[in-house]
Amino acid sequence: MIMVEEKLETVTLTERQRKAQRSRSIAIGVALAVLVVIFYIATIIKFGHNLGTM
Amino acid sequence: MSLSGETAELAAPLRAHSYAEPSMAGVGDYLALMKPRVMSLVVFTALVGLLVAPGHVHPVIGFTALLCIAIGAGASGALNMWYDADIDAVMTRTSRRPVPMGRVKPGEALAFGLTLSGFSVVTLGLLVNWAAAALLAFTIFFYAVVYTMWLKRSTPQNIVIGGAAGAIPPVIGWAAVTGSVSLESLVLFLIIFLWTPPHFWALALFKSDDYAKAGIPMMPNVAGQASTRRQIFAYALVLAPVGVAPWLLGYTTPFYGVAAMLLGLGFVWYAWKVLGMADDDRAMKPAKALFAYSLLYLFAIFAAYLADSVVERALAMGGA
Repeated sequence: MIMVEEKLETVTLTERQRKAQRSRSIAIGVALAVLVVIFYIATIIKFGHNLGTM
Repeated sequence: MSLSGETAELAAPLRAHSYAEPSMAGVGDYLALMKPRVMSLVVFTALVGLLVAPGHVHPVIGFTALLCIAIGAGASGALNMWYDADIDAVMTRTSRRPVPMGRVKPGEALAFGLTLSGFSVVTLGLLVNWAAAALLAFTIFFYAVVYTMWLKRSTPQNIVIGGAAGAIPPVIGWAAVTGSVSLESLVLFLIIFLWTPPHFWALALFKSDDYAKAGIPMMPNVAGQASTRRQIFAYALVLAPVGVAPWLLGYTTPFYGVAAMLLGLGFVWYAWKVLGMADDDRAMKPAKALFAYSLLYLFAIFAAYLADSVVERALAMGGA
């Protein structure tokens, strides 16, 4: 078996870009969490009465 | 594109493609793309439309409707900033926006605007109703395509016709509750529609050099300052009675009627001051005063409508 050592090519972010990326990731995470809660509650309110008749 | 000469170290294959350069945009830049000040006015007028509409909507569904309208308005703003980046860059008022500053790439702004547009319309349709969703979709299309891409650069009537996009939110709020459009909601539309030209032309008067530099055919640059001042006054004369119309049509109590009348008289008075401005007036204090008053007018007249509706309903419930 021949082992070939390959160096993975990646992007090295500057400190400022890392910070911007982190803040965007947190904002996306928070927005998604809020949307999950809104969708859950709104679905129960909007369609919940149908569940009782099933 | 990068700020302060700061760039990431890219691997060789990635360096060949400038689009692969990591984004410098922060959360604040994306919020700025959504034009939060415009959005706040949109949300407020939509809230009034939603609360004065006959019928009942669950508070969570009402909140969802407002959130979708706000996101839809933000999407319109992002698409506007994507398309107008070239003229934003040469105007002092807009040169510090995220796209001309290079903090957000045009493609990022476009993707952000399109994603939010689709999301807001579909969510509004699924969780509230499709009449409101259709109106929101039309509003986004009208602002981004009809106003931004077509009217803004081609006619001095740009903000007259384009103003329809900013006037629809109370109708969407109304439709979120009733599932339809009525004459009462169209009166709210008409108030904002007639308010838009004097509001923007007051701004265009003291920012005419800026607009001229960007090549935007605003009324003062095309028809001249004197003609614009006359048109501002004419619109003020039409707006004042239309503001009172909800009371004259029997939708509100005299409380709103008196408030709208006083606010309308104030608008006409400020417009009269603009009409009397000298041609060589460089300070343009009357135009700046009218611009500031017009913001107060719109907020106050919708707040009066809301207060009138809430009090009337509370009294009706108390008497029942």
